Amino acid sequence: MSEGSEASVESLEQVAKRLRRHVVSMIATAGSGHPGGSLSAADIVATLFFRVLRHNREDPGWPDRDRFILSKGHAGPILYAALAEAGYFPVEELSTLRKLDSRLQGHADAGLTPGVEMSSGSLGMGLSFAIGVALAARLDSRAYRTYALLSDGECQEGQTWEAALSAAHFRLDNLLAIVDFNGLQLSGWTRDIMNLEPLVEKWQAFGWHTIDIDGHDIPRILSACSEAEGVKGKPTVIIARTVKGKGVSFMENNVAFHGKAPKKDETERALKELE
Amino acid sequence: MAEASTREAFGKALVELGRVNPQLVVLDADLSPSTMTNFFASEFPDRFFSCGIQEQNMIGIAAGLAASGKTVVASTFAIFASCRCYDQLRLCLSQTGANVKVVATHGGITVGEDGISHHAIEDLALYCALPGFTVVVPADAVEAAEAVRAAVSTPGPVYIRLSRGKTPVVYPEGYEFTPGQAVTMRQGNDATIIATGIMVAMALEAADALARQNVDCRVINVHTLKPLDEKSLVTAASEAGAIVVAEEHLAQGGLGSRVAQVLAREKPVPAAFVNLGDRYAESGTAEQLLQRYGLTVRAVEEATRTVVGRK
Repeated sequence: MSEGSEASVESLEQVAKRLRRHVVSMIATAGSGHPGGSLSAADIVATLFFRVLRHNREDPGWPDRDRFILSKGHAGPILYAALAEAGYFPVEELSTLRKLDSRLQGHADAGLTPGVEMSSGSLGMGLSFAIGVALAARLDSRAYRTYALLSDGECQEGQTWEAALSAAHFRLDNLLAIVDFNGLQLSGWTRDIMNLEPLVEKWQAFGWHTIDIDGHDIPRILSACSEAEGVKGKPTVIIARTVKGKGVSFMENNVAFHGKAPKKDETERALKELE
Repeated sequence: MAEASTREAFGKALVELGRVNPQLVVLDADLSPSTMTNFFASEFPDRFFSCGIQEQNMIGIAAGLAASGKTVVASTFAIFASCRCYDQLRLCLSQTGANVKVVATHGGITVGEDGISHHAIEDLALYCALPGFTVVVPADAVEAAEAVRAAVSTPGPVYIRLSRGKTPVVYPEGYEFTPGQAVTMRQGNDATIIATGIMVAMALEAADALARQNVDCRVINVHTLKPLDEKSLVTAASEAGAIVVAEEHLAQGGLGSRVAQVLAREKPVPAAFVNLGDRYAESGTAEQLLQRYGLTVRAVEEATRTVVGRK
């Protein structure tokens, strides 16, 4: 069963906006969190959950579901927002983010939240996990696809490149990695802290099919996912060029909002911009 | 005592398990001829994945396979299985209770000539610190095979530490292994020697020597460091009134620390500890290193005489 698989581009844009509103609200309510990296990934996550992925909110463990692995665990809020909107748990629960007894932990926790496939929060681990999931699909002759969302910052972790080597070695064409390349990390621009470029060529050199896109262009995200499905014998990575904090003018490209909650007036302004 | 290899017993057990359990998958980090997962690889090439020299990646892949319904055995040397991928063990296996069995060979200083970069002497402390992990150090090849069978048939993360060299066989074929249940190898009420891994055979030998001096020792094999069989330990401390803990590990965080914590709470008695202290070893043969770093029958014997004198 598929959730919203017929969603139009216009409705996906609306969903992405709703997800952004949830992100701002829940982080503001929590008083801490990472808005920038959730907002940059909103269009990607909306497109995946409401058009691309085959999944079933009534049966989060459905063996044939497509897997969405959030490697950049600090972007938990965008995943929680998508899961709530998709009906995995009530939207009202989003306001419990980061609070004691909440199922919505500060970083994604597979043991607690329905629909979360992997516990993350320590960077660089998600692609390895996704390889295991994709290998299991091959062993079990299942047709599900595995999608891993990475940050650009975690492409600085050695483990990401261990995984990049091995996914190509295992010829995992049922695996799609998406790098949310928003260009910023906690203390500044990635190009200043530890330059990643030329990133596309690096993945190519590691044996991946690469697709370089604007990560806020929903038709382009859709066509890239569809292109990836047709690639045989190697994994695909989408390098999605995004803007950190996208959708909220004063958070865009503002490193201060990597890991800071908006204040009350900032929250009001942000939500107004996202109407 | 006859000797046999714990890692060879592991390799063979894995093949038998592979025949009856189609969900069993084995991962390797370029050491399969040494860890002996190559037996499994030959018979089940589709369920064996060489992850290259990538221990962190291997643990992540193991977690992904386990989350998809597989029973995973990930194997490498003990030093790399512990120190090289600890954050991955913590987040991907421990925190979710993943059904992954890390079976590591080449534990301790008996790795020998390769030297300190290859001597895993802190692995038990590290694994015991991970909530949800079961931690097992078999005493011999018979117990190693049994421990692997038990681990594969029980859900959840397990660490099993094996040795490089052959170890004396202390159990007959047909020995029944119960995870978490210490084995009293010999009765006695003057002192209890609590040992794990290669130190079990030495403890038995020490007890024989002490018996000739009219010191009657109980010997307990604590093959499972976590969860610890507290009941057997408290009973032994109560009945014998003094204990010695022997292990091929640093002083901190291993069996000695764990036993001391239980007995300090439940039954404080005079205690002595035979271990590697707070230092690394060096290159040398296994036998030379055991002598130089104080893991000998004689060291266990002397420690026992000391605690008996303090009763």
